[in-house]
Amino acid sequence: MSEIILDRQHAPDLGLAAKARAKIRTRRATPVTQDGPWLRAILVTLAAAFLLFFLVLPLVAVFYEALRGGIATYFAALTEPDALSAIQLTLTVAAIAVPMNVLFGIAAAWAIAKFDFKGKSFLVTLIDLPFSVSPVVAGLIYVLLFGAQGLFGPFLQAHHIQVIFAIPGIVLATVFVTFPYVARELIPLMESQGTLDEEVALTLGASGWTTFWRVTLPNIKWALLYGVLLCNARAMGEFGAVSVVSGHIRGYTNTMPLHVEILYNEYNIQAAFAVASLLALLALVTLATKTLLEIYFGENLGGKARRQ
Amino acid sequence: MLSSLRRPSILPGFGFAFGITLAYLGLIVLLPLSALVLRASGLGVSGLWAIATEPRVLAALKVSFGLALAAATVNAVFGTIVAWVLVRYEFPGRRLLDAAVDLPFALPTAVAGIALASIYAPNGWVGSLVAPLGWKIAFTPLGIAIALVFVGLPFIVRTIQPVLLDLESDVEEAAATLGASRLRTLLQVVLPVLVPAILTGFALAFARGVGEYGSVIFIAGNLPFVSEIAPLLIVVKLEGFDYTGATAIATLMLGAAFLVLLAVNLIQAVARRRLGNV
Amino acid sequence: MQVRAQNIIKRFDGGPGNAALDDVSLDVGSGELVALLGPSGSGKTTLLRVIAGLEQANSGQVFFGDEDASQKSVQERRVGFVFQNYALFKHMTIAENIAFGLEVRTRGTRPPKAEIKRRVLELLDLVQLSGLDKRRPAQLSGGQRQRVALARALAVEPKVLLLDEPFGALDAKVRRDLRRWLREIHDRTGHTTIFVTHDQDEALELADRVAVLSKGKIEQIGTPDDIYDHPATPFVHDFIGEASSLPVVARDGSFWLGAERIGLPVLGGQAGQGRLFVRPQDVVFDQAGGIPAEVVAVRRTGAARRAEIAFPALGGERVEINAPAALNFQPGETLPVRFMRGTFYPG
Repeated sequence: MSEIILDRQHAPDLGLAAKARAKIRTRRATPVTQDGPWLRAILVTLAAAFLLFFLVLPLVAVFYEALRGGIATYFAALTEPDALSAIQLTLTVAAIAVPMNVLFGIAAAWAIAKFDFKGKSFLVTLIDLPFSVSPVVAGLIYVLLFGAQGLFGPFLQAHHIQVIFAIPGIVLATVFVTFPYVARELIPLMESQGTLDEEVALTLGASGWTTFWRVTLPNIKWALLYGVLLCNARAMGEFGAVSVVSGHIRGYTNTMPLHVEILYNEYNIQAAFAVASLLALLALVTLATKTLLEIYFGENLGGKARRQ
Repeated sequence: MLSSLRRPSILPGFGFAFGITLAYLGLIVLLPLSALVLRASGLGVSGLWAIATEPRVLAALKVSFGLALAAATVNAVFGTIVAWVLVRYEFPGRRLLDAAVDLPFALPTAVAGIALASIYAPNGWVGSLVAPLGWKIAFTPLGIAIALVFVGLPFIVRTIQPVLLDLESDVEEAAATLGASRLRTLLQVVLPVLVPAILTGFALAFARGVGEYGSVIFIAGNLPFVSEIAPLLIVVKLEGFDYTGATAIATLMLGAAFLVLLAVNLIQAVARRRLGNV
Repeated sequence: MQVRAQNIIKRFDGGPGNAALDDVSLDVGSGELVALLGPSGSGKTTLLRVIAGLEQANSGQVFFGDEDASQKSVQERRVGFVFQNYALFKHMTIAENIAFGLEVRTRGTRPPKAEIKRRVLELLDLVQLSGLDKRRPAQLSGGQRQRVALARALAVEPKVLLLDEPFGALDAKVRRDLRRWLREIHDRTGHTTIFVTHDQDEALELADRVAVLSKGKIEQIGTPDDIYDHPATPFVHDFIGEASSLPVVARDGSFWLGAERIGLPVLGGQAGQGRLFVRPQDVVFDQAGGIPAEVVAVRRTGAARRAEIAFPALGGERVEINAPAALNFQPGETLPVRFMRGTFYPG
């Protein structure tokens, strides 16, 4: 017995078109969860105005004030000897502090994200601590440790080692303040990636180091890059902690932010903003890099930290 | 000993990485902090109390804590709106605004400080607009609050954003099929789920505001009893070689920071227990 | 209540490209339990959401009874909708979840507190979750959450119950139990019910009628027997149950596989090329004679064997058929097979 039915159409294939359509559906807001046009307009305007007013306006002001007296004055302010030595010191400090924190950040993320152990959340809290400690307090604790009246003060004096009011103190304070940035960027990403890739590499006979260099590192390189950039921007821009330990010695222990403060307090406003504009530029490059990374590698770099 | 602390894994390097982490944490963070605690313990509770209740210290603590609270409140409201708009709406310039939210993380505080001071000074862009009304922003507590709003905003927005992204739209649709109006859905279904994130962001912004120094001192005016913040008073005491006074204030602020961290962890734990991952 | 969807067209990108729903009509009788079955992207969930008012169709109408609901908001339509991942309100207790639809009613139509409480307990009893009213969703298992979601949807006394992949996120055992249980609840409450599934067993076992969708169109709608025994299109034949197909020619009252005549009569004056769809039990080995087929592979499947056979005349085309376990043959052997049944689709 057979059944004969007039066919209208040949059997369809269910390939990409179906998938594409499913994707469209999940990505768009459904009519029900869409706010009305008025509410949208009001909220967008409110948010945009708030951000423009509080965030963008100060940024614009930096460049406006810096260039107000003309381009020649601008460059003169950047090339005078005190400014140059401040720039040099800032670069030196960042060149020491950032690699230290990168090494720590990777080690901490490896231990925390790839292993389970008791007291893990307490450890994470400790790593977050510098976010919540006032930069002035951060500076103070190093003064109490290494200053003339500090715990190790007599010992250091006896051996003619100067930490406070000198470069080592500035580096230490900077390291403290920028301590969590790399770790914080890496931990959520590495936690979400799990340990499967590494386990596969190990079962294929790779050594621990090879596994890290060829499997783990490529997986986290973009988050690491952003962590490094953010850590660097904070390191170069740190003010409160450095201010306490530096002693403000012109041409010797003045970093760029401290130089900005001195110029500003001397009413040398344009020069202050000129130096500030370099730091603002650094911030912009940092944010632009992050935005580009997000555009190319997805919304999240895999790990937008719970707190920065 | 380490192996008894952790669950077994075939991945190597735990001891090495864990060792580096602990050593570094100990040397950079814990040792210096314990120097502070050690010094403060010499004062005793009564000594701490005596310094904390000095009129000038008390006034500075009030300014720092009070304005940090006010700024965190402003940020809780606007930060929630900003996060909602950035996650839920598609509009030109969205990416730019999203990037701008991180600005306070990346812009050095001193730079932000002089920029805010110049905008809100009586002859600045905004200051000159309100000056005819007899209002003064820079060099008053209001100026401090504005600086604290600036530094605190990303904490709130960046804490709420991931929660909003994870929030499935089907919950809102379910409320609609059950007859709830959009407003009711937003208030009774969406907002309660955001509360832990808002509180966490609030606490973080508050902690940051209490300790903030660089962006505040340029706009504050730094008038004792009126617009002098606690961190500045630490610096003032240090410059006068009053290490004891500085230590006392710093200890109080460190205690507050610890309390905030504790509160954040508590909020997260309660939220995880109550909401789970449904 | 009767539910009718008429000539529904729904496009997501607004362009003239593939429509998610391409002129779909569906009639569901009062108290009927209908399954929308299809692969992902076939439009089944979209149709359900259009009926609920969660999506606006580009054209077409939705009727509840005689009433045109097309222009009504989702809130006004009063449908009970159960979401694929339950969509429970995590911050509310089970009782608060179920009561939500009653609590949000306007002052005049809202039942008094005691009445709401009574209804919640009654519904908890119906879905066999009595005593769990104070718990939160995070404290329940997947199957329990599913039942809370159903109770919440039933609480508003909906005109129609709509379920989107109601068992999609559950493991196999719980799925089967809940399936039977849902059928009982339906029979007891008598709600007109439409549910979406991609699982044919679920659709065939549970539903009064099944609508098979593909590419935004309803390919066939009918009872489970209709759908399985008389598939209307090659898609349905392929999608429901197991099937293989062969290129054949209808000529002179017979089907021809190359030069071999298949012993099935051509009905209705069909002629020309097309494909013959057969199920594994439709083709048998027959020592008495038939079309020679080469055994390519044999698998043991429980009580029987499953053989993959190829016809030398056709090159690569293969068909899967059932064979008795007693028949022990090897790959490479050539055996005669006979066609007992098949469905021809020209084209």
